[in-house]
Amino acid sequence: MPSIVKPLVTHPSLVRNELGLTIRDYEGSMSTLCAGCGHDSITAAIIRALWELSVEPCMLAKLSGIGCSSKTPTYFVGGAHGFNSAHGRMPAIATGANAANRTLTYLGVSGDGDSLSIGIGHLSHAIRRNLNMLYVLENNGVYGLTKGQFSASSDVGSKSKKGEANKMSPIDPVQLALTLGATFVARSFSGDKAQLVPILKAGLAHRGFALVDVISPCVTFNDHEGSTKSYKYTRGKHHIATESDFVPHANEIVGEIGPVGATTIQMHDGSSLRFTKVPEGYDVTDRMAAMEYLRAHQGEVVTGVLFADESVPEMHEMNNTPAEPLGSLPFSKLCPGSGALAELMADFR
Amino acid sequence: MPSRINDFAIKLANVNGTGSASANGLIMQAIFRMGVPVSGKNLFPSNIQGLPTWYEIRVNAKGYTARALDYDLIVAMNSQTYKKDVAEVRDGGFLLYDSSWPLDDELIRDDIHYIGVPLARMCNEAFGAPRERILMKNIATAGALIELLNIDAAVVEQLLEEKYGKKKAMRESNKKALKLGADYIKANFTYPLEFHLKTMNANDDKILIDGNTATALGCVYGGATVAAWYPITPATSVMDGFKEFCEQYRKDPETGVNNFAILQAEDELAAIGMVIGASWNGARAFTSTAGPGVSLMNELLGLAYYAEIPAVVVDVQRVGPSTGMPTRTQQGDLFECAYASHGDTKHILLIPANPNECFQFAPKCFDLAERFQTPVFLMSDLDIGMNDWVTPKFTWDDSYTPDRGKVLTAEQLESLDKFYRYLPTDGTAVAARTLPGIHSKGSFFTRGSGHDKYGVYTETPDLYAEVMDRLLLKHKEAAGWVPAPIIEKREGAKVGMITIGGCDPAVREALDMLADMGRPMDYMRIRAFPFHADVEEFLATHDYCYVVEQNRDGQLCSMLTLETPVSKDKIKPILIYSGFPLSAKHVIDAVTARLEELNAIYR
Ligand SMILES: Cc1ncc(C[n+]2csc(CCOP(=O)(O)OP(=O)(O)O)c2C)c(N)n1
Ligand code: SF4
Ligand SMILES: [Mg+2]
Repeated sequence: MPSIVKPLVTHPSLVRNELGLTIRDYEGSMSTLCAGCGHDSITAAIIRALWELSVEPCMLAKLSGIGCSSKTPTYFVGGAHGFNSAHGRMPAIATGANAANRTLTYLGVSGDGDSLSIGIGHLSHAIRRNLNMLYVLENNGVYGLTKGQFSASSDVGSKSKKGEANKMSPIDPVQLALTLGATFVARSFSGDKAQLVPILKAGLAHRGFALVDVISPCVTFNDHEGSTKSYKYTRGKHHIATESDFVPHANEIVGEIGPVGATTIQMHDGSSLRFTKVPEGYDVTDRMAAMEYLRAHQGEVVTGVLFADESVPEMHEMNNTPAEPLGSLPFSKLCPGSGALAELMADFR
Repeated sequence: MPSRINDFAIKLANVNGTGSASANGLIMQAIFRMGVPVSGKNLFPSNIQGLPTWYEIRVNAKGYTARALDYDLIVAMNSQTYKKDVAEVRDGGFLLYDSSWPLDDELIRDDIHYIGVPLARMCNEAFGAPRERILMKNIATAGALIELLNIDAAVVEQLLEEKYGKKKAMRESNKKALKLGADYIKANFTYPLEFHLKTMNANDDKILIDGNTATALGCVYGGATVAAWYPITPATSVMDGFKEFCEQYRKDPETGVNNFAILQAEDELAAIGMVIGASWNGARAFTSTAGPGVSLMNELLGLAYYAEIPAVVVDVQRVGPSTGMPTRTQQGDLFECAYASHGDTKHILLIPANPNECFQFAPKCFDLAERFQTPVFLMSDLDIGMNDWVTPKFTWDDSYTPDRGKVLTAEQLESLDKFYRYLPTDGTAVAARTLPGIHSKGSFFTRGSGHDKYGVYTETPDLYAEVMDRLLLKHKEAAGWVPAPIIEKREGAKVGMITIGGCDPAVREALDMLADMGRPMDYMRIRAFPFHADVEEFLATHDYCYVVEQNRDGQLCSMLTLETPVSKDKIKPILIYSGFPLSAKHVIDAVTARLEELNAIYR
């Protein structure tokens, strides 16, 4: 996967964000994925979300596992540190990284193989820890990089390119996350940037673990008749449960609040997640309601921010760690010194 | 038999989970406080309650405190192992048993002495609650031993005071039980026995501590802030200790926040992942585990090696393979750790011999991991980690500053044309690294895939090999930074005796015995891999070298032949790997088994 350097010619009229950066400043090296791959659309949405939120590039940590999806952090924010780790292990690496420095913005990218098979344990426990990060699961129902094997998110009856049908029941990351107590759960579709960008922004602003499952068709191995993660199928079954808008804290909340049950969720950083459409009787802060809604709409691809709870402490709050990075505490704060040691020795007599 | 002062070994046979550990500890600590060189070895089962467990105490005025294997007194409190325990008493030795019930005929030997104390009966009469009766039986046994071995009763009293200071009821029950045992001995037997204790002052500058606690303290002193782990015997108490010391020393006095994070991971794959993530982000991070955990960590250890990320792994070795014998000791993880992960990898190992070295080496591990940007293992084991050792008091040099390695600052990055992650610029094999959040110019996409010296993805053979060659060079460079071996030469020595880790006391004792037999030998205890130059020098100057280690395959022997020019036929393995700590007797037996060879050399 050689990375190709893009020509950096910036159009002077490109809009600048709060940091004075244009959207080009949030790009990375040229993608080497297949043309039309859903993952590239997600990369574009990530770039836009980060730019719109004016995340300082060097304050972003982008992490991934292994897979076509996990390659994508090279394709955005070249000025950020990244860690393309090992297959399935990204949540563990992210946990340690976040423990050492909580001042960075953490964005993880993974695939359905990476997250739901080899790394499902780490994903589950990152959710339990309420690790403060945005976790984007680029879900194509297939192992792209190893050329087309079924993944754990392949639906029963879904056909591989060779025509073989999957017989095992799928793992739905959204339902999994809800069951495990995730504090922000959303689903979107790589083909719907208008929906995806605000969801990503809300996920970034969320205090704690934000799982965004993005259906992301694999044009090479899983975009055919019989696949339930193809563009055609997803477009047909795309059921937008909630429509939402992300309002940065600087802006005033304006506009109509939608029908019954619609809410505005105040995010921890002062921004807000404003729902413009929520089905009647659906409370986005009620975990059980979200699970019931998903069950009632089986067979459809339910999208939107499905659940959000800003009240749960994240990992650092649970651990009572300082506001500054543990990694940069001065040694004098860490080492008790010779006097304390001499005193301690009396306890071992 | 002439009376033997401060030179004997006893063994206490108990049932696991009956509270014998605290009574055993009390005796051990009392002897230590009497200033007499002593060791205690807990030979325990992988079980919470019900299986046999033994505790051995060796007392030796000259300081030989490896296991003795010859027991002057056995305290037989476990009917399951009665027969075996009776058989292990040396000729003319003593057996202390519970005479609440008569002894079976088959347990009677006419060459040993029996001391029957009706412990159960006395405790049943003196104490009410069933659990208390069981617990106090152990204390009553200790009471009997106080008289039989001439343990200073005032010292014992003081220890109870310290332990139960505020818990008056507990202190009184303990005192009462001690008196039951002691009084019975005084009324019915000649005491003390011919071998017994006498106060010395050998322990004034010493402490009694286990290696895991020492390692934990070393990690606190070394500045570790992130610790990730998954529970496993015999490593668990490293993290217990770390937590305790952090609560004591790392709570910010002003804000009350924790200047540390301890993450109980979902498995060891996650634990090492967390360590790597935290180190990548500039924290001193470590994990503690045992062999099975290291097996799981292999993939990510290779990532840390190749992507050049510091990581400290404390491996408290236990008996393998597989689950093996989790509560028994071994030095069987040398290969596993030295060459962990797929492809060409080589790691740094520090090998402590006792708790004092655990404490000293822990900060050193972080220094080396950060200097060389690579995984470093602290190779402890169950014997060192979980047994209490008498060891010199720890000291700390306040002028120590952590070696954080080459990490570029924002100013350095600002003045740099372009940052290349894997391009050393100072003539060493280590390139500078950058930390996230410092400066965009230092941004780097870390990954485990093939890269060239600039850090750019590559599949080009030469460019890949160039980096791999530098990594090898880096490992070689580390040889100049690791602790040198301990070498002790003897007049007239013609043979070398090499060992590692906790074998140290047994091998030293054996060397003294061999010298007395007219076979003086030079000693070398290796303390690290890559091998220090002094190791090669020792090998080059000795034509015949015993290598004593606790594993079946002679892993240290193999590493020596693999990593130094020494020829294989110079190396004479002595391999003791059944799971119990080493005794000098093991070494002597192995040497005398090939005595002709030795005699030929010394002729
Ligand atoms: C330990 C390990 N096992 C297997 C692989 C091979 N492998 C690479 S990517 C991959 C599957 C990726 O699937 P997914 O996470 O869905 O990503 P996608 O390519 O579909 O985006 C596998 C099995 C590996 N890299 N490491
Ligand atoms: S194989 Fe599939 S997932 Fe991978 S890059 Fe191509 S289209 Fe995308
Ligand atoms: Mg996939």
